[in-house]
Amino acid sequence: MEPLSNRKKVLEQKPMNFWERLYLPAIFQGMIITFRHMFKKKETVFYPEFQREFSENWRGMHSLKRDEEGRERCTACGLCALSCPAEAITMIAAERQKGEEALYREEKYAAVYEINMLRCIFCGLCEEACPKEAIYLDGPIVPADYLRKDFIYGKDKLVEEPLKLQQD
Amino acid sequence: MELAFIIEKFALILVIFVISLTIAAYSTLAERKIAGFLQDRVGPNRAGPGGMFQPLADGLKMFFKEEIIPTESSTALFILGPSLALFTSFLGSAVIPWGQDVEIAGRMVSLQITDINVGMLYIFGVVSLGVYGIMIGGWASNNKFSLMGAVRAASQNISYEIPMGLSIIALLMSTNTLSMKEIAEQQHGINWNIFYQPLGFLIFLVCSFAETNRTPFDLPECETELVGGYHTEYSGFKMGAYMFAEYLNMFLASAVMSTLYFGGYNYPGMDWVNEMAGSVIGPFIGMGVLILKIFAFIFLFMWVRWTVPRFRYDQLMNLGWKILIPLAIANIVITGIVITIFEKL
Repeated sequence: MEPLSNRKKVLEQKPMNFWERLYLPAIFQGMIITFRHMFKKKETVFYPEFQREFSENWRGMHSLKRDEEGRERCTACGLCALSCPAEAITMIAAERQKGEEALYREEKYAAVYEINMLRCIFCGLCEEACPKEAIYLDGPIVPADYLRKDFIYGKDKLVEEPLKLQQD
Repeated sequence: MELAFIIEKFALILVIFVISLTIAAYSTLAERKIAGFLQDRVGPNRAGPGGMFQPLADGLKMFFKEEIIPTESSTALFILGPSLALFTSFLGSAVIPWGQDVEIAGRMVSLQITDINVGMLYIFGVVSLGVYGIMIGGWASNNKFSLMGAVRAASQNISYEIPMGLSIIALLMSTNTLSMKEIAEQQHGINWNIFYQPLGFLIFLVCSFAETNRTPFDLPECETELVGGYHTEYSGFKMGAYMFAEYLNMFLASAVMSTLYFGGYNYPGMDWVNEMAGSVIGPFIGMGVLILKIFAFIFLFMWVRWTVPRFRYDQLMNLGWKILIPLAIANIVITGIVITIFEKL
């Protein structure tokens, strides 16, 4: 049959000569290689004390953003929950009352916003779906825990720290 | 038998027992550390400074783990297996000469627990008993993987005992004695047996890797194909006993190789050191040298383990029967010819 490409290379398999059949030279070669590695720089990152730098497009824990005036951006439209392939996001919407204008940017806001971190696959579709730029996966690694219920993160863990007020 | 003799022997036994326990325990740490270094890692470093207390933590973990005895196993044999393995690995160090005689309070104290005139045969006997621990444990587990591991261990040990014994015969021809003490004494200074028996040493070295079930001959416990080999069903302290026995065997094999081929407690310039240090400190320096040699061998064991992959079963048997045994016999013949020529000259 005609070869599809001319990249095929037939390797010659010679029977081993006496020196090769002794095995020992090859073993010593290997041992010298491993011995050299003893003095090489160690690759270990001592994790809890030091952390590796994340790449630019790293997706970690979610955070719910605030705008320049410290108001929550989320308007509880539910697009993130809709786009979520793992169905990890649930929310309950509520209407903004008089006097809460400093807290929420839109007339509607999420009273309850929960992400189940065991379901989340960190695909970033919620981030893409959000029309208000309210959710970003820019946090750290989600830490381990003991109970399943502790992996359902509410607004207390997700919402960004409020801005420091100017007058302070 | 006088009281001083009994006290002296008991003290020596206690000291050597403690030393071999400590070395075996710290071998587990050394193994993991060396494995780390050879693979550009750092190894365990959390328990204590630089991981110093890791063996302690491991030991405690072994003690507190649940011990499972499979219902289908024969309980008595299941317990006997690891006990026997541990027991036999302790016995061998009785005939190792740890140093020259020490003069304490006008008495010559020998730094050897017992100098039996068939010391080398004794070690062979004890080492081959060690396989019973593995055999019994693997059989009693009533598990096919354990049984296969045990069968492999038995055939491997029997196959490699033959070239080992044959390489010893060549050594015997040049030393004319079986007593470990006399063999050690003959290698005074740098007059080590390795220079007379390089091939014999190589065969002995390969066989000791096989006898201690270390990589590349760790077929009895290969994790990848036999789950865990003969100790698949073992847990808790019994598992620990098997592991400990392996490290003790490694220590014993290193001690035997240092004594038989690398001069034991002898080192170049030892007469001068003994004169300077006196007849009490001097022998202990020799003991330190022997322990250094043992450490070097233990390092070699670990270094090979993290370099060479495991042999296939038929390759193992080929190496044992078709290469090592003919080589060992050739070694005997060559030794015989050379000795005869030198006697005639």
